[in-house]
Amino acid sequence: MKKIQDILKQRIMILDGAMGTMLQRYKFTEEDFRGNRFKDWPFPLLGNNDLLTLTQPEAIAEVHRKYFEAGADIVETNTFSGTSIAMADYHMEDLVYELNYESAKIAKQVAKEFTKSEPNKPRFVAGSIGPTNKTASMSPDVNDPGFRAVSFETLRLAYKLQVEALLDGGVDILMVETIFDTLNAKAALFAIEEVKQARNIQTPVMVSGTITDASGRTLSGQTAEAFLISIAHIPLLSVGFNCALGAKQLVPHLDAIAVRTEAAISAHPNAGLPNAFGTYDQTPDQMAEQIKEYFDKGLVNIIGGCCGSTPEHITAIAELAKDYKPRKFIFSETAGVQL
Amino acid sequence: MSNTTNIQLNSDNELEAGIDSISQPRFLKLAGLEPLVITPDSNFINIGERTNVAGSRRFLRLIKEEKYEEALEIARHQVEGGAQIIDINMDDGLIDGKQAMIRFLNLVMAEPDIARVPIMIDSSKWEIIEAGLQLVQGKCIVNSISLKEGEKEFIRQAKLIRLYGAAVIIMAFDEKGQADNFERRIEIAKRSYDILVNSVHFPPEDIIFDLNIFPVATGMDEHKQNSVDFIEATAWVRKNLPYCSVSGGVSNVSFSFRGNTPVREAMHSVFLYHAIQAGMNMGIVNPAILEVYDDIPKDLLDRVEDVILNRRDDATERLLDFAETVVGKARDNKADDSWRKDSLQERITRALVKGIDQYIVSDVEEARLAVVKPIEVIEGHLMTGMNVVGDLFGSGKMFLPQVVKSARVMKKAVAYLLPYIEEDKDNISQFAGKILMATVKGDVHDIGKNIVSVVLACNNYEIIDLGVMVPPEKIIQKAKEEQVDVIGLSGLITPSLDEMVHLAREMEREGFKIPLLIGGATTSKAHTAVKIDPQYSASVVHVNDASRAVTVLGDLLKKDSADNYKALVKTDYSSFREKFLSRGKQKEYLSLEDARNNKFHIDWDASDIVKPNNLGIEVIRDMDLQLLEEFIDWTPFFRSWDLHGKYPAILSDEIVGEQASELYDDARLMLKKIFEEKLLTAKAVFGLFCANSINDDDIEVLAHPVNTDTADKKEANTHLIFRTLRQQSKKRRGVPNIALADFIAPKETAIQDYIGCFCVSAGFGTNELAEEYEKNLDDYNAIMIKALADRLAEAFAEYLHKEVRKKAWGYAGKEHLSNENLIKEEYRGIRPAPGYPACPDHTEKLTIWELLDVDNAIGVKLTDNLAMFPAASVSGYYFAHPEARYFGLGKITADQIVDYAGRKEIDLSKARKWLAPNMADE
Repeated sequence: MKKIQDILKQRIMILDGAMGTMLQRYKFTEEDFRGNRFKDWPFPLLGNNDLLTLTQPEAIAEVHRKYFEAGADIVETNTFSGTSIAMADYHMEDLVYELNYESAKIAKQVAKEFTKSEPNKPRFVAGSIGPTNKTASMSPDVNDPGFRAVSFETLRLAYKLQVEALLDGGVDILMVETIFDTLNAKAALFAIEEVKQARNIQTPVMVSGTITDASGRTLSGQTAEAFLISIAHIPLLSVGFNCALGAKQLVPHLDAIAVRTEAAISAHPNAGLPNAFGTYDQTPDQMAEQIKEYFDKGLVNIIGGCCGSTPEHITAIAELAKDYKPRKFIFSETAGVQL
Repeated sequence: MSNTTNIQLNSDNELEAGIDSISQPRFLKLAGLEPLVITPDSNFINIGERTNVAGSRRFLRLIKEEKYEEALEIARHQVEGGAQIIDINMDDGLIDGKQAMIRFLNLVMAEPDIARVPIMIDSSKWEIIEAGLQLVQGKCIVNSISLKEGEKEFIRQAKLIRLYGAAVIIMAFDEKGQADNFERRIEIAKRSYDILVNSVHFPPEDIIFDLNIFPVATGMDEHKQNSVDFIEATAWVRKNLPYCSVSGGVSNVSFSFRGNTPVREAMHSVFLYHAIQAGMNMGIVNPAILEVYDDIPKDLLDRVEDVILNRRDDATERLLDFAETVVGKARDNKADDSWRKDSLQERITRALVKGIDQYIVSDVEEARLAVVKPIEVIEGHLMTGMNVVGDLFGSGKMFLPQVVKSARVMKKAVAYLLPYIEEDKDNISQFAGKILMATVKGDVHDIGKNIVSVVLACNNYEIIDLGVMVPPEKIIQKAKEEQVDVIGLSGLITPSLDEMVHLAREMEREGFKIPLLIGGATTSKAHTAVKIDPQYSASVVHVNDASRAVTVLGDLLKKDSADNYKALVKTDYSSFREKFLSRGKQKEYLSLEDARNNKFHIDWDASDIVKPNNLGIEVIRDMDLQLLEEFIDWTPFFRSWDLHGKYPAILSDEIVGEQASELYDDARLMLKKIFEEKLLTAKAVFGLFCANSINDDDIEVLAHPVNTDTADKKEANTHLIFRTLRQQSKKRRGVPNIALADFIAPKETAIQDYIGCFCVSAGFGTNELAEEYEKNLDDYNAIMIKALADRLAEAFAEYLHKEVRKKAWGYAGKEHLSNENLIKEEYRGIRPAPGYPACPDHTEKLTIWELLDVDNAIGVKLTDNLAMFPAASVSGYYFAHPEARYFGLGKITADQIVDYAGRKEIDLSKARKWLAPNMADE
């Protein structure tokens, strides 16, 4: 199988779209989320999308399949909240390894099917590593700005477990995404680097931050360039942005990092900005039209969608991407730090 | 990207065409909330070290006493003062360094003004360094590690630093000890570098060497070569160890001259001058003890340079001899006239920078004779000098009072030239822009506006100052006539906020396109973004300090960047507005009825209610001002000059201390003049009355028959009613919703209670004096007199309150409090003022005016918008109950406004207008 770095030099690669938006279409009930295994779980489970990996694995596989059919080269595992920190909401900390492992296996299985039938277009699985629901550099208590709800050490250990499970399940890439607090991401990167070195492997790492508003900063207050500098100590396959903004609003922030990094650039924006009901109206053509600006400017190497995007959006984007050359980048093979 | 740790690039990639376009240079890149990229073209990077327990005694004390809030202010000062990185060190035997580092760093990270710069985590203990590395989201610097404990530990630490994503300072220290000569410095530097780059794959651009700055001129021969060795080792390192940086703590070099500031300053400058040339690109330098290299007198410079560069055997002795002659002169620089021998431009620049007006007229005359057209003196000599002032101010090396003094010199010079310029018909002066400044209708406060005007004038803006209480029609008309480029509005009282909204609306209607600046104590970014900005389609910018005004105007008026900046501000305000409005909705409020049911309960039966010794009204017609001196709260005085910090600590503050002391001396001098020449008159009226609260929120007051010597005689037994407002935001269990009426016994208890009210002013004569100073082109003293009158009025209010507590009311006969405790309000009873947080409705002043007949009694008047005139006045109520306390009303909802309008018998629209700042969004 061709290495992802080599493919990236030849063309713009396509990442999948939203998992959550697709799962909503199934209109799963509390009972569906529970399945048989968790029918007596003492806490509500509706909305625990990561759990569907265990209770509705066919649906998860089907979403991955639809995205590969739509033209995606890479799908993300259904593990956005797969840390002991985020799972504490459902009292499912002990299931974290299994959730990540099974999610990776499902995605990898689907990827293998596609690669087998289309050997010229190998498909990849990126292990999705979300931000958790706590921030390490901001206080949730307005009266005590010095308070922290989570420590670096807790984050590092939680991420380490997730990373181990994703790798055991067979992911090709690790993707730290939707970073609203760079310190959380640094803990994840620390954990990834530890695991990679212990296993002596070279799994590529993607990092994707989130600019939360028009001021051009992350939730924790960093500018795009400061964010880039703060995660640049780890050898990265790509760096980029996702979520919070639509394709158009992301342009200045991609501009800001594209000239300042040798790594590949990724982007998976939302399908526009949410309407008054919190849903997304942007059509596939509208989204593709905005993403065309990235291609015209030669800004990206990897493109996909976040909230509100569907296989139809990905098809529109993938069709467009065929006509463009990828941005130049340099991939560093050697790992940064040997422990 | 700097993560390619092998210096050779991947050969595949190198073959590809176009790779150059993304290939990144190996610069030291750091980040707080914002990036700091250090390139070969960067100026010397200044690291702030006042947040270092070893570098600042005050910081150490604050950390020991766990006064983290104040400690944060030191960090903020440093960043505001131009530090590009802040060094944080908690290594002290008496504090738990790890806990202190965690607590302080977490607090720093919560302050965007501070956290915008990268942090330097400074400790000799690895445990503290690692704790710090786990708290910082940006790319910081570790200070420091070394080979002291051997290679193994060095490598372990370096790898962890790399994993945490930090840069590192390497001390020139190894197993054998600290490097103290050239050879040892380069030996250790080379060995450290090779290990880091080759074994750890540490990026060389992330390595910073501290090559040990040691004292010179200690009298010991082995120290003579210290600075030369450092400088030469720096040059060697920069040449032979590619991409790394060199740093150090500069003040060490002059250690043997402690106490002799002029010599130390000179030594620092000389040392830096040579070290920077050799390649030292960052370091810890206290800008307060640094002389400008070019300003060092030649004889001192020669001797210092002999020492630093070890140029002669007797260099130390010669400098010591010379130092004795300098030490005495240290503090009276004012008498040092040697600069008068410099060139004309240098003299003019110095006069402007130092604010010396003694010779300016003769210097300007000399300049005028030397040029073709007199205007050239302004555009040439004077602007050259003012640009130096602007640069120093912009980089935090000069402070506001100094700039105001510079402006005084500038004005004198321009005034002298004006007649010549007018003779010369075809002159066109080149201002950077024309700014209209006004305090809005109904408001009389202008200290802040005047300071901004002065600072802008210094930066070559032409100022059209319309003064105070300027009606909107006049602002519009003048703006058109004068074709100004920007309008700046100022106001202090809350109704001024509405005036500003109104003016923005009028500007929109008249089709204005010029930017509108908003400033003044009650203004805020929130109000500007939510209320003013939507009214005006062109730019509205909230600017609340003088130094920002300059940069904002620059951005607004610069042709190439203005559109961009304006668009940025608009977007910023609109997103701020959205966030603000959506946040407002989440807050929960009680209905007025529920809030009343949760009032502040006082057990009236058990209460200690004291009947005043003297009921009725008393007037003080001519207060002895000197008695007020000890009651002055100086902290706000410094704040009005943009110097932030608590008095008296501010006088010895590392950054603004010198400037604050100078300002304080000037203020004391002016005070003395006020006392001796009786320049100001202070008057007061106050009254104590029988009162009870009625209908939950009102206070019924029995107006005492007015004293016979006032014209207006009232009937006995007339009742007046104070209307108070009740907090409505939903509280935690057990926390009451307070109104001031809660502090007065309700009528139904049948217990007789009492209330007082007062008005004091120290402002009579202020405007005349200020005008006099302004006529003499002396803005500094014009602002000074107003600021002091304000302080005296506040002091008078404090004094009078104390007298009332002890005598007229008499419930605190035995109270003995220091002024500090008075300012901290550690006494029984409160004196809230209408228009302030507990009772924001300014119209209640009208009731006080009626009750005390203030206008007739002492001549303090209320403007249309109920500001007091003279401005240096204070009015309010007295509540005596031991449980009475200050609080903020916060937001209230429509039901209370309707109820309040009904109680006061005023139109709902009027109530809404006056209470607008307190209305919750619905």
